[in-house]
Amino acid sequence: MMMPLRLNLLLLPCLLLLLALPAQGAMDQLRERLYADYGLDLTGFVETRAGLRTQNDDYADDLTLAEARLQLHLSKDVGWGIFKAKGDLLADGVVDRVTGRMRDLNLLFFPARNIDMKVGRQVLTWGTGDLLFINDFFAKDWQSFFIGRDDEYLKAPSNALKSSIFFDLINIDLVYIPVFEGSAHISGERLSYWNGVLGRTAGNDYIFDLEERSSAGRDSEYAVRLSRRISSMEVALYGYNGFWQTPEGMVVPAMQLRYPRLQIYGASLRNPIWGGIGNIETGYYHSSQADHGRDPLTRNSEYRLLLGFEREIGHNFTAAGQAYLEWMMDYKEYKETLSPGTPAKDEYRQVVTLRLTKLMMNQNLILSLFTYYSPTDKDGHIRPKVQYKLTDQWLLEGGGNIFFGADNHTFFGQFADNTNVYGGVRWSF
Amino acid sequence: MRTKNLFPLLLLAALLAGPAMAAPDIDDIISQANNVAYYSGDDGRADVAMTILDNQGRTRERLFTILRKDIEEGGDQLYFVYFKRPSDVRKTTFLVHKYMERDDDRWMYLPGLDLVKRIAASDQRTSFMGSHFFHEDLSGRHLDADHHELLEENDTFYVIKNIPKEPASVEFASYTVWIDKKNFLPMKAEYLDKSGALYRTMEVLEVATVAGYPTVLKSRISDLEAGGSTVTRFSNIKYNLGLDENLFSERYLRRPPREARQ
Repeated sequence: MMMPLRLNLLLLPCLLLLLALPAQGAMDQLRERLYADYGLDLTGFVETRAGLRTQNDDYADDLTLAEARLQLHLSKDVGWGIFKAKGDLLADGVVDRVTGRMRDLNLLFFPARNIDMKVGRQVLTWGTGDLLFINDFFAKDWQSFFIGRDDEYLKAPSNALKSSIFFDLINIDLVYIPVFEGSAHISGERLSYWNGVLGRTAGNDYIFDLEERSSAGRDSEYAVRLSRRISSMEVALYGYNGFWQTPEGMVVPAMQLRYPRLQIYGASLRNPIWGGIGNIETGYYHSSQADHGRDPLTRNSEYRLLLGFEREIGHNFTAAGQAYLEWMMDYKEYKETLSPGTPAKDEYRQVVTLRLTKLMMNQNLILSLFTYYSPTDKDGHIRPKVQYKLTDQWLLEGGGNIFFGADNHTFFGQFADNTNVYGGVRWSF
Repeated sequence: MRTKNLFPLLLLAALLAGPAMAAPDIDDIISQANNVAYYSGDDGRADVAMTILDNQGRTRERLFTILRKDIEEGGDQLYFVYFKRPSDVRKTTFLVHKYMERDDDRWMYLPGLDLVKRIAASDQRTSFMGSHFFHEDLSGRHLDADHHELLEENDTFYVIKNIPKEPASVEFASYTVWIDKKNFLPMKAEYLDKSGALYRTMEVLEVATVAGYPTVLKSRISDLEAGGSTVTRFSNIKYNLGLDENLFSERYLRRPPREARQ
């Protein structure tokens, strides 16, 4: 049964793209009619992507990505507010499923001259890091990020209420997420990971149960940002009260992963410097359920620091680097309570990143490379990508996710057998 | 005490300025041309349609709305750009705070990622949206970046040659601008490369008077070296809308104002 469905799913993208060829004019007409008759603004795309492991993985299939996706984005200005609906229909050949998922379903309105309020499903981001997040503690989808979906899908949507209040002196953003959802972590379903219980890499053969975090009220998240611009400098203070976004704790004897409670206090600064843009961001992560390091099954509190700099180093050529530190608190207690045989993490985990972006052929060819490297974990992740805009509608893309590490229990090292290459075609309308 | 001492100086200055008034001063010409080209009214808006023709005859379209507010005539300015086409950049917004005394601040908002990205703005002579227009062609080149020389004055034009003060920072060795004597609009520019060859031109193809301001409706930049050109058309042009300075902030990057979406 499995094979025919998978074949059908792989045929689907080809059909969709063939349909797209003569659809250009019809789609423009439909769009104009929707706008003229109903004030509805429609955009979207159809795409197909496929990705493969470049080596064998004992615990996962060769195929990392085989999918067709339709995204529709509708919005309407109703005068006193703006309604937005954006959703994806995904035919996923790796897990043999067709799913629909809303990324946006929200209403933005203005209860006062200096207040913007957005209610509903939405993607949330703030902070200054580039693919390293300290105060941006909103949901992410790491699985999509590691298998070569568009960067858009790293940001997972949340059901939230966001209000932004603008004063002359300061801007205040308040976010309330009634029910915690968490990030899509690497569970083993598609990518193999280090399993501390088995003491080896695991995949589909061992997917942990997750503790429920779904009661409104008790499992709510709150986030706040105070920001202001002083001349060219942007400064911000952040606060968060909720949970680790990835399951950083375990409940025994149920052997369930859980999302421990977490509070974050942070700050950031971004300013032009040395002909480019520099940024500093810091945050203290208070992991209250770690019991000051005495609970070995819950991630300890930590202090995080990030320094970044970006500038043009040539014509249409930009380079950006970041240095990042995670400093584990109560390290002595951590070492003391660590179960024998479990590899210990470093007290100071460091990561450096480098991003290179080169635009060529009237900016229609985009070559980019993003690299994470941790000198303390001796592991890393390299993300080369090539995008070519064949026309204003057609985009071709190819890239890779290369993981390496000296050990198989470190953050990037555990994914070494997931190294993959992927390619895709997208038609936008 | 002080005013007394200044008086002879002022007199001297007036005497020196006197003879210069007879022939138009080159600095006056270029600053007036700059004001007409980039500072009409206190603010303005336009819908912009770019047709990019590449050297293989393929075309691409860019549609966006641009809002501008002057902080000071001939000085600092604020720009807001709201992209409409192609659809992969639809609703992307772009904000520029242009300064005379330091590098511009630029931000871009990517709606799919909900990300406000700050852009390192050192190179003004990079393509705007893959077109043959540079960022500098749209928001103006700093007047004091070049030495200016009046080559010729005929019945129609002031012809001015501009030589960069920092040749290493730009791709041209010099460029010559034809400024219309009746309204001070720069109507044509020719760029010479380091070997003295003409490789890039700007031509104004259509002009109209909008709300009393001479306004370019259509212009073209051609790349004679690599081939290809971009024609830009401006429509729905309005001046003195009374745009609030607050529109040019992160708040409106995330939710473009109605003035840009219309």
